[in-house]
Amino acid sequence: MNPENILNILRERFPRSVVEMEEMPDNYIPLLPDNWFEIATLLQENPDLQFDSLQCVTGIDLAEDLLEVRYNLHSMVHLHKIEIRISVPKDKPKIPSVEKIWRVGDWFERETYDMYGIVFDGHRDHRRILLPDDWEGWPLRKDYETQETYHGIVVPKVKEEWE
Amino acid sequence: MGIVHGEEMVLNIGPQHPSTHGVLRLKVHTDGEVVSKIIPYIGYLHRCFEKHCENLSYEQIIPFTDRCDYIGSMNNNFGYVVAVEEMMDIQVSEKVEHIRVIMAELNRIASHLLALGTFGMDVGAFTPFLYMFRDRERILDLFEITCGARLLYNYMWVGGLSHDLPVGFVEKVYKFLDYFEPQLKEYNDLLMYNKIFIERTADVGVLPPEVAVNYGVTGPNLRASGIKWDLRKNESYSIYDSFSFEVPVGKGQMGTIGDCWDRYWVRAEEMKESIGIVRQALKTLPVEGDVHEAMPKKIRPPKGSIYKRTESPRGDLGFYIISDGSPSPTRVKLRSPAFTALGALSAIAEGWMISDVIAILGSLDIVLGEIDR
Amino acid sequence: MVVDQLIEWLGSLLSWGPGSPLIFLTAVLIAGIPIFLLMAINALVSVYAELKISAFMQDRVGPMGQGPGLHAGKWGVLQTLADALKLLSKEDIIPEFADRKLFIIAPFVIFIAPFIALAALPFNQNLLISDLNIGVFYILAVGSIGVIGIILAGWSSNNKWSLFGAMRSAAQIVSYEIPVGLSIVSVIMLTGTLSMQGIISYQEGTILGILPNWIIFNNPFSFIAFFIFFISGVAEVNRTPFDIPEAESELVAGFHTEYSGMRWSFFFLSEYANMLIVSGVAAVGFLGGWHSPISGFLESPGWGLFWFFFKIGALIFVMMWFRWTFPRLRVDQLMNICWKVLIPIALLNIFGVGIWTLLKG
Repeated sequence: MNPENILNILRERFPRSVVEMEEMPDNYIPLLPDNWFEIATLLQENPDLQFDSLQCVTGIDLAEDLLEVRYNLHSMVHLHKIEIRISVPKDKPKIPSVEKIWRVGDWFERETYDMYGIVFDGHRDHRRILLPDDWEGWPLRKDYETQETYHGIVVPKVKEEWE
Repeated sequence: MGIVHGEEMVLNIGPQHPSTHGVLRLKVHTDGEVVSKIIPYIGYLHRCFEKHCENLSYEQIIPFTDRCDYIGSMNNNFGYVVAVEEMMDIQVSEKVEHIRVIMAELNRIASHLLALGTFGMDVGAFTPFLYMFRDRERILDLFEITCGARLLYNYMWVGGLSHDLPVGFVEKVYKFLDYFEPQLKEYNDLLMYNKIFIERTADVGVLPPEVAVNYGVTGPNLRASGIKWDLRKNESYSIYDSFSFEVPVGKGQMGTIGDCWDRYWVRAEEMKESIGIVRQALKTLPVEGDVHEAMPKKIRPPKGSIYKRTESPRGDLGFYIISDGSPSPTRVKLRSPAFTALGALSAIAEGWMISDVIAILGSLDIVLGEIDR
Repeated sequence: MVVDQLIEWLGSLLSWGPGSPLIFLTAVLIAGIPIFLLMAINALVSVYAELKISAFMQDRVGPMGQGPGLHAGKWGVLQTLADALKLLSKEDIIPEFADRKLFIIAPFVIFIAPFIALAALPFNQNLLISDLNIGVFYILAVGSIGVIGIILAGWSSNNKWSLFGAMRSAAQIVSYEIPVGLSIVSVIMLTGTLSMQGIISYQEGTILGILPNWIIFNNPFSFIAFFIFFISGVAEVNRTPFDIPEAESELVAGFHTEYSGMRWSFFFLSEYANMLIVSGVAAVGFLGGWHSPISGFLESPGWGLFWFFFKIGALIFVMMWFRWTFPRLRVDQLMNICWKVLIPIALLNIFGVGIWTLLKG
């Protein structure tokens, strides 16, 4: 099934969640974060779609105070794939969590939270994964400044160019 | 008769421990010997790979990808380079493709040898570990004469390779393959079909196929659970579709489908298949050709993004690269197969004994460099 | 024998009369010195043998005595001595929250068990500390003292891993005592005596003129009994495939995790001494002790000593061979083998040996 058909199915069931653009892109579907959990359930359980494998969850810091999360989904049954992009504002980054649907999302979402500060509603174990629990800041954001010290150890700055 | 419950004991396995495959901490809640909860703590080896990528140019990222999965560096390079080449629509020459496949498959053999050897050592068999390392040294010697490095190669560049094959390489590889193939039978006799090993690993840590797909487990772990899915065949990249090889799938020979023994067996069979692929590639390897000819002067992929996944020894290694037309990417995300395998550990290992947890951890074949990046 | 002779000699030397307790004490103390020397030399030789055997089995060379500085002898023969000197000079660390008294006592308790068991082992027709008339029984009984030491070590370390190792080890050793005892019963049924020299003298002569009259060749049931004894003996000593208590990749080092320096070397010493005792009892009970394999030929006391150590050496070699070949058994599989496999077979054996002896007349 090509992305257009998938888009049409989503438009049918969740018309207000698809972000309409003049030219809809042909390799991804932009969505609003509101009904994401229900849409994800549909994507997994609909017999024509059956996206049973969440391949990758990527967080991105776009310009203009937006954070985006991109989900790459794949179906082992129908062998089709789709990418879902959800943008949230930087000052209130909240997206419903899908870790109950695809259990791999558990660690992927924790990592996105760790690096970008995006809060996933409904995640049952919402804490940092790679960095220590008391680290301050969201490292992969473009405006990230490292903290001065961590428990008394001086934290080296991120190098911009070859210094 | 009721079950007597004692007090729950909380144990720490790691971060310093003879058996963990890297710096990993497992907090284990046990009731006697039986484990009731496992919580992995990672991040000890986090080196900010993705943050670095935003400040480096595309060629400069390649040595960094080496260091993520340091056991299968060639495959990491391969995955990254294939992704960038697809973004830029570069076609590399036949010679480069063949050499890349040969290097990737030799690295797969080396990585599986290490995985199986350390798995054996976790279960208590000290000797196969040394035998497998002895043979792995021969592969590392082959890599050393090609690119000068034993473990972190920086060999595959966008559009080509860093060095051409040295003189006499093909003969040396044939010699190695002829020596190595009978060794596989020795390993099987010594470890895989040993009654005690079978008792320790068969029926232990069973991973059902639906659970595996839901938890994002890929690669040999998924194939051991009975699902025939190999990216070299299903989403073929490079010239893998011109070679004929089997994809071993776990059959539950000694116990249930998806137990630790099956994960061992799948890796052992994959080594055999890799030998076959290398032989085929050597036969059709073009002699003439320059490995640097298709390399672009400036690497500036067009604006856009790509998610490309390739088959590394641990599973499907995905690179999500976002480019904005400049020489340095906006975002590079490495989707590592060991990350999801470790995420599935609590689903697999809860309810087993501590000795089984060690065996299961060994059978999943994780590399912390890739998990933490 | 040695103790009796010493008592006589001392009694004649000092005119206090042979019944004096002081003479007994002195005789015993003097007799203890060669045992201690034997244990030390055994550890020296066994450790070197283990290093080299494991190396050759793993396609390496082991210690060769090369390298800068003081060399460890040609082919590394002084390696163990170097290790011992290193251990003597190490810092003695006792963890802060460990139970001090028990922590210090544990290595001694473990050391005592093989030390006194060696008193009943006959090396020769004449060389024997004391020919107890309950020889075999004494050795088996005294060998279990080691369990107390292990539990003390695990508990007093105040470390969860050591506790695990100690508990596993206690369960394992206590369980495997039973097949050991039961298989020795088949020997005793044939020989009718518990004394070590008595068992050896039963095995004089030949069967059918060719095979030596060792108990292992006596009847098929005692043949099986030998293997049960040997396997259970390996489990008693905590060697792979039964080395769960000190499973390196699981429990760091099991019950002796917190020990360092000379204290740790006591554990090591007693492990090798235990191997010596198990092999010794196997050699005496089943393989004819100090008798030569070709009966009547090379039977002098000097050769007797040689044959005894030859048999012990072969059995210790087999134990080391096991360690580097087999993976480790899980705890419940270990107990399974003991209670559900070895003990029933050992009981059947006793039955079988009894019937055989009855039918033979």
